[in-house]
Amino acid sequence: MSQAQGKQGSFGGVQARATNATMNETRIAIQDLDFFYGSNRALKSIKLDFPDKQVTGMIGPSGCGKSTLLRVLNRMYDLYPGQRATGQVMMDGENIIDPSMDLNSLRARIGMVFQKPTPFPMTIYDNIAFGVKLHERLSKAEMDERVEWSLTRGALWEEVKDRLTTSAMGLSGGQQQRLCIARTIAVRPEVILFDEPTSALDPISTLKIEELIDELKHDFTIAIVTHNMQQAARCADQVAFFYLGEMVEVAPAGQMFTAPKQKRTQEYITGRFG
Amino acid sequence: MSATTAAAGTVPGPAKNQRVALALGRRRHRTNLIVKALCVLATLIGLVLLASILITLIYLGGSGLTLNIFTSVTKPPGSNGGLLNAILGTLIQTSIGTIIGTPIGLMVGTYLAEYGRNSALANAIRFVSDVLLSAPSILIGLFIYEICVEPFGGFSGIAGCLALAVIVIPIVVRTTEDMLQLIPPSLREAAVALGAPKWKMIVLICYRAAMDGIVTGVLLAVARIAGETAPLLFTSLGNSSALGSLTTPMSSLPVTIYQYAGSAFEDWVQLAWVGALLITIGVLATNILARFALRGGR
Repeated sequence: MSQAQGKQGSFGGVQARATNATMNETRIAIQDLDFFYGSNRALKSIKLDFPDKQVTGMIGPSGCGKSTLLRVLNRMYDLYPGQRATGQVMMDGENIIDPSMDLNSLRARIGMVFQKPTPFPMTIYDNIAFGVKLHERLSKAEMDERVEWSLTRGALWEEVKDRLTTSAMGLSGGQQQRLCIARTIAVRPEVILFDEPTSALDPISTLKIEELIDELKHDFTIAIVTHNMQQAARCADQVAFFYLGEMVEVAPAGQMFTAPKQKRTQEYITGRFG
Repeated sequence: MSATTAAAGTVPGPAKNQRVALALGRRRHRTNLIVKALCVLATLIGLVLLASILITLIYLGGSGLTLNIFTSVTKPPGSNGGLLNAILGTLIQTSIGTIIGTPIGLMVGTYLAEYGRNSALANAIRFVSDVLLSAPSILIGLFIYEICVEPFGGFSGIAGCLALAVIVIPIVVRTTEDMLQLIPPSLREAAVALGAPKWKMIVLICYRAAMDGIVTGVLLAVARIAGETAPLLFTSLGNSSALGSLTTPMSSLPVTIYQYAGSAFEDWVQLAWVGALLITIGVLATNILARFALRGGR
């Protein structure tokens, strides 16, 4: 919160990062992406680049397609028949939405944290180990080390180190969400997707998660969907505004909240609609 | 817009009347009392019936509960027989019936909830399973009689186990499917998002989350088959020798109760009461134990 304030000017009461932020090289490049729920076209010719080891925030009113886009990136939509995507989502020279893509290893490379904390009904230790065991064969000592490392990175280790073998369901909402983040980190992904990760949390827990995201971007490429524009301004290096299935505008966060180019963006971030 | 109308005080309709509001409040209060009284009454009726059954059982069955019941088999009237063969038979047939029926029911329920969903095949299986769930158990006994007793030339314990397994299957199918469907999609997505294949999501996450419900379903099935009489009449019948042999006729508590309760001999009627008490205690104990076991695992 405090880190973002006072740096640059504001627009519509939203404080943002420095306007002259530079974007790293592209990690994921989306080109001509369309998405369909049955016959309903939910994403229209999306073009968007996610810079490496930076945070891309996605904002827009409910139903604008921002969560849908997130769920394309790790192919979560494959769980549901009748949903399909066309176009190009390129990462490391591969098209993510290619039907021949190995989904399990894709999801190991692109992790996801959800709106509501989703701890598994098992111990804190096993929650972390579950994902790791899917992709790696570790000795007990190596696994212990990995669990401690990921819980430390998830800013949860100090709070749970004495109760690793108790059920994860006993943690508070904010702790559960940090556990979910640690669980995602433990698999050592390259990209982490956050789908409104703080909308079910109190302000203190929200602050912790935001600080964590700021810390994580040194090692991971991050995409975050949020309804909260202050959050986008605080966390994101680049912000994309979605409206009715279209990507209206993408710009560095500072520029987005101080000098948006599109009229619709300007109206949304000043609270005129949405 | 709403702010301006409220400020101007132009809410449509007549002005709010304090007396009408109070009268409505009193009416709500009265209705609440009546409904509450009806609920308490219904609960009392249920509890009194249950208590009277238990008290009668303990009073009439408890007086005949001696060590002899557990050490000697059923004998002709007047020769101080026990229930050893019936107890053993019920334990064996209930366990084997559950062991055969549970995995089948679990897999069918999993197919319905996770794979078949609303396909034509899944709907057909669901329909058949529901019919089986409410089928008279005597028909299941007759069915096993036709395929397992007649062709092999005689009643047998294994036929009894099979008949009970057929009763277990639809109960476990229904509870497994219901419990798996109760698991929130977010939990499944969380497992899949870590790169878990579907079967690992089902076995490692969904089963664990649905464990309480599935175990409760299996226990309901155990309680149901422990007291079944009709399917065993056509399959395992009864036997006071050859304890524990699955290939010969096998005794069971419900069939023994059925045969003894209506007999003219006082000591047989007494044995029937003891048998009824034992089954009730057994089912009750299984339920209580499982509850503790589940709570301990949390």
